[in-house]
Amino acid sequence: MAEEIQKSEPELERAAEPAKIEPPVVAASLPIKLEPDMPLLRIEAVAKKFGNFRAVDHVSLDVRAGEFFALLGPSGCGKTTLLRMLAGFETPDEGRILLGGKDIAHVLPHERPVNMMFQNYALFPHLSVRDNIAFGLKRAGMARVDIETRVAEMMALVRLEGMEKRKPDQLSGGQRQRVALARALARRPQVLLLDEPLAALDKKLRESTQRELMELQRRLGMTFIVVTHDQEEAMTMASRIGVMDAGRLDQVATPRDLYEAPASRWIAEFVGDINLFEGQPGAAEGGRLAVSTRDAGTLYVTEPRKALKGAVSVAIRPEKVKLSRRAPAVDEANAFNRLEGTITDVSYLGGQTTYKVKLDSGATVSSTMANTTRIVDAYLAGQRVVAWFTSDDCLVLDQ
Amino acid sequence: MASRRINRITRFNVTALALGFAFLYLPIVILVIYSFNDSRLVTVWGGWSLRWYREFFNDRAMLDAAWMSLRVAAVSATIATILGTLAAVALTRGERFGGRMLFSGMLYAPLVMPEVISGLSLLLLFVALDAGRGFWTVTIAHTTLTMCFVTVVVQSRLGQIDRSLEEAAMDLGCNPAQAFLSVTLPLIIPSIAAGWMLAFTLSLDDVVIASFTTGPGSATLPIRIYSEVRLGVKPEINAICTMVIALIAIVITAASFASRLSRVQGESAAPL
Repeated sequence: MAEEIQKSEPELERAAEPAKIEPPVVAASLPIKLEPDMPLLRIEAVAKKFGNFRAVDHVSLDVRAGEFFALLGPSGCGKTTLLRMLAGFETPDEGRILLGGKDIAHVLPHERPVNMMFQNYALFPHLSVRDNIAFGLKRAGMARVDIETRVAEMMALVRLEGMEKRKPDQLSGGQRQRVALARALARRPQVLLLDEPLAALDKKLRESTQRELMELQRRLGMTFIVVTHDQEEAMTMASRIGVMDAGRLDQVATPRDLYEAPASRWIAEFVGDINLFEGQPGAAEGGRLAVSTRDAGTLYVTEPRKALKGAVSVAIRPEKVKLSRRAPAVDEANAFNRLEGTITDVSYLGGQTTYKVKLDSGATVSSTMANTTRIVDAYLAGQRVVAWFTSDDCLVLDQ
Repeated sequence: MASRRINRITRFNVTALALGFAFLYLPIVILVIYSFNDSRLVTVWGGWSLRWYREFFNDRAMLDAAWMSLRVAAVSATIATILGTLAAVALTRGERFGGRMLFSGMLYAPLVMPEVISGLSLLLLFVALDAGRGFWTVTIAHTTLTMCFVTVVVQSRLGQIDRSLEEAAMDLGCNPAQAFLSVTLPLIIPSIAAGWMLAFTLSLDDVVIASFTTGPGSATLPIRIYSEVRLGVKPEINAICTMVIALIAIVITAASFASRLSRVQGESAAPL
């Protein structure tokens, strides 16, 4: 069902990109002959145990060339272990990792055409910025002149010109991050792995670096796989996101599909905020399904394509819940779900305001409203309101 | 408030400090001063002179003993540094092998083992092996004594270095051995140097173990001094001791500079 929702804009943009791409600073990585439909990277039923703990539990995943892929999950979900298996620092117990059609699951790290940017950057403290970037090139046996050219290219790429002679401890956090990126990119890997690349940066810097990473990835046409626990970061940067929990890959989807059509209740709660009402599905009528919920009476949802069995949850994102003082006129076409209650909490966040509405049943609904005008007729705590939303905006998830 | 009062320079603080330092260093200062004594008698001041230094450099037996000591110290420190560094690497970087705790415990045993016992046991071993006692037996004995000190110094430094540095090196094309040599080794080299200097000074001033394991004609300087002193202290001994003190002071200062260098470099190596 996820795939059927329209393609998100970033996807479409990306698809159109190669035609008008400017000459890349770094030429496309080593030419590999791929079968037309063969993904660049294919992970097949890969499993890894540490003692009795299943860190990665039979994960399968395809990543196409030129994708910006994010592995998202809470800490301890196995995403870093999976990334380390791609880099070669862990060996899978089961399964295959195919890169360009060749199984690399048991190839040593230094023999893989992938590079990694480490979470704490792992810059060599005894080497200058220049020598850090040149490190991998020297190992590859590149000629001295070519190394100089490549290092200069990389310094320009990450805008660090003039810093060649500095040692890592003479750099700011953001500069270190860029050195780490340049070092990992210098060997022109087929796949660049990034382990929590922005976790050590402060919020403002993180946002600008996100944009830079995306811009860079698009310009180089390189395949990026990033591991993150920050869903906003994953949503902003990645063209596709794989959500992991307890060693399993639960859903792989575009950011939009992940948010608007999560595959499970767990993903719906992990990615963004959501209101959930548990209930039993009733009769379907005219494309709408009535669900009798414990806390919010009968809610009407657009009939899902998938057959439902047993108890379900009706899920609605806070920004799709509108508030008004009086119930809106009943519009048959939309069949508004209307819930009456009292505002208990108002969180003003500048661009938007989040209200908590306590229903008469005792349950709470959150509603986020954009502050689109400067002078807003805001609601106050203690006020009676009607929270309403359309049946199209509701999701039905298995319990 | 209270801390400010303690930090203030009061007459009591100065006196306490002076007494403390006097307790530690007065004997050594007296020894150094008397090494420049012109008198033949150790306890009678006869004016300044370098006479006993000249005497030492003309004393063939003493010079041989000093040369022997320096060679034993240099060779045993070098072997101990290589073995001690390998042990430290095995303990911090190796896979968790069975008997690891036992291994590290046994490694540190010489730290607390009475020297008489290790000296005697080595003597018994060399006799059982029918090994002629001399330069090599002392060197081996000193290596077993000093290796654990090197391990302690290097291991503490290795523990501070982020493992991901070696992983980054492997990611950039190094095999594990190259990763160690090009990244880890440069970062721990100051500690290795400090460990070497520590082993060198320990070997230089050891009497107990050397006296068990040395043979005729291969006395180290401390043993030579010890046997001379039994026949009465000559002022020449003072001159020798002063030079040994100077040598050890230089080596220890170098060692502490080396480990400070190591720490400064390590700041950016530590995980964020």
